[in-house]
Amino acid sequence: MKITQISVFLENRKGRLYDVCSLLGANHVNIRALTIAETESFGVLRIVVDKCDAAVKLLRDNGFVANFTDVVAVEVPDTPGGLATVLKIFADNDVNVEYMYGFVEKHSDKALLVFRFEDTDTAQQVLARHSISIVTRQEIEGL
Amino acid sequence: MIWKEDIECMDSTGLKALQSDYLKKLIPYIYHNCPVYRQKLDAAGVNPDRIKSIDDIKRLPFTTKEDMRDHYPYGLFSAPQDRINEIHVSSGTTGNPTLVGYTKDDLKLWGDVMARVLCCAGAEPGDTIQIAYGYGLFTGGLGFHYGALEMGLRIIPTSAGQTARQLKIMQDFQPRILGCTPSYALYMAEEAKEMGIDPTQGHWKIGVFGAEPWSESMRREIEAAWNMLATDVYGLSEIIGPGVAQECRHKDGLHVFSDVFFPEIIDPQTDEEAPEGQDGELVITTLTKQGIPLIRYRTRDIVSARYEKCRCGRTSPRISKIKGRTDDMIVVRGINVFPSQIEHVLVGIEGTQPQYQIVVDRKAHHLDEVEVLVEVEQRFFSDEIRHLNDLRERIRKEIQNVLSVGVKVTLVEPKTIERSVGKAKRIVDKRTL
Repeated sequence: MKITQISVFLENRKGRLYDVCSLLGANHVNIRALTIAETESFGVLRIVVDKCDAAVKLLRDNGFVANFTDVVAVEVPDTPGGLATVLKIFADNDVNVEYMYGFVEKHSDKALLVFRFEDTDTAQQVLARHSISIVTRQEIEGL
Repeated sequence: MIWKEDIECMDSTGLKALQSDYLKKLIPYIYHNCPVYRQKLDAAGVNPDRIKSIDDIKRLPFTTKEDMRDHYPYGLFSAPQDRINEIHVSSGTTGNPTLVGYTKDDLKLWGDVMARVLCCAGAEPGDTIQIAYGYGLFTGGLGFHYGALEMGLRIIPTSAGQTARQLKIMQDFQPRILGCTPSYALYMAEEAKEMGIDPTQGHWKIGVFGAEPWSESMRREIEAAWNMLATDVYGLSEIIGPGVAQECRHKDGLHVFSDVFFPEIIDPQTDEEAPEGQDGELVITTLTKQGIPLIRYRTRDIVSARYEKCRCGRTSPRISKIKGRTDDMIVVRGINVFPSQIEHVLVGIEGTQPQYQIVVDRKAHHLDEVEVLVEVEQRFFSDEIRHLNDLRERIRKEIQNVLSVGVKVTLVEPKTIERSVGKAKRIVDKRTL
């Protein structure tokens, strides 16, 4: 099952990341995972949150450019080689990863990995075939 | 030395008689040879046979850049194309470019006024000049070339660019006169230092700089960097190219060659003559040109004018350096840039028009830099940096193709471009001119 990531355009200016985070915080949106891709003049903030529809509306209403992106979140054991196991499956099955980022959960021995694929549907099928557990939207919302 | 002393130092009565004589011939010539102008003159109720004196010029209609574009390519020509010897084209906005054409006599006139320019700057026959203005459709290179040829200078026609080579040639042939844009002069001086060459150790006497606005502080910088006298030349391709006005060694205003290019200063709002000494739009009538003579051409350059005799002996009116533009056109590295050109590119790429702003700056290396800020919109935003960079690169390339000037494109957040009364400010010129 796909989950939704929110992508936000950010200029490389002081305080912009704070602006996003404080806006979400003040409106009780919880950030589950976060990464920033940056260039010399701008960056793209990618976040997975518990209330994504509300968060995007909030961001857009406050003048941010924010889009939904389909990603797949996978749980792997938080042990050496955990990520490599999953990546090997992708490599063997010709699944191309656009980007990914990881996130360690509290109160569990699992790590949460967020993947953006070139072809999300194929990637999901491959994961299912190899019995890799995919995090559901409900789980993200209730984490 | 004054190239045409009899004319350049003529008393005002003589000058006025000469100008009147030219205008009396010019108007019927245009009226009978250019249908577009005939219509314009008829509409203004001008009987060409009733033009008796240069004072009658105020009764004539203006000519604008739009007229030139609307009647592209040949509508404003008074001479048939088989009498045209050379054409020059400057880039347009989104529509037609501006075409000018010279008859053999016009080219002679160009050589004559450019010889006056070089003499006025202080050149003497036998001097060597390095012409680092671009040769080609741009009038800078060839205009200087014809003047230098007329004057009998030794010409090194390097054209613009290839800086290392320019510097090598300077060292080998020791020119005393440099012609180029002022920003390129400073750029070359910096490059020289980088290469371990001391630019003050040349054989320089004079620089003749133009094709873009520049300031007194820039003049001091150039003079110190090159150890030369830096003078300002004014011109525009519609009138002739370089060769309309030039500073003498006193650097106290640019002498307009008013026997052939009659200047008026008007209030651009009211179209009335501006009081003497006040800033206004420079309007020029080409009194003797044949190919494409222009009546009361609105240059859109804001200057002031003075009419007293100069210490150098010249009696022609003197205009100030350009103080501004009546429209929002900007001149970058000698090339005219209109916001509408950039708008056009963005519309072409995005389908609708995003907010944008053009920032012009002159950084440490002295060349004008253009940065185009484009507000990112929901529609073309992507979570992938690659797509955003591709978009940015596409915008950059297309703008560069249209402007022939390198630009930097920066994607910015929505609503970050300064707006005044809902309208975005299109141009920010940070150059200290």
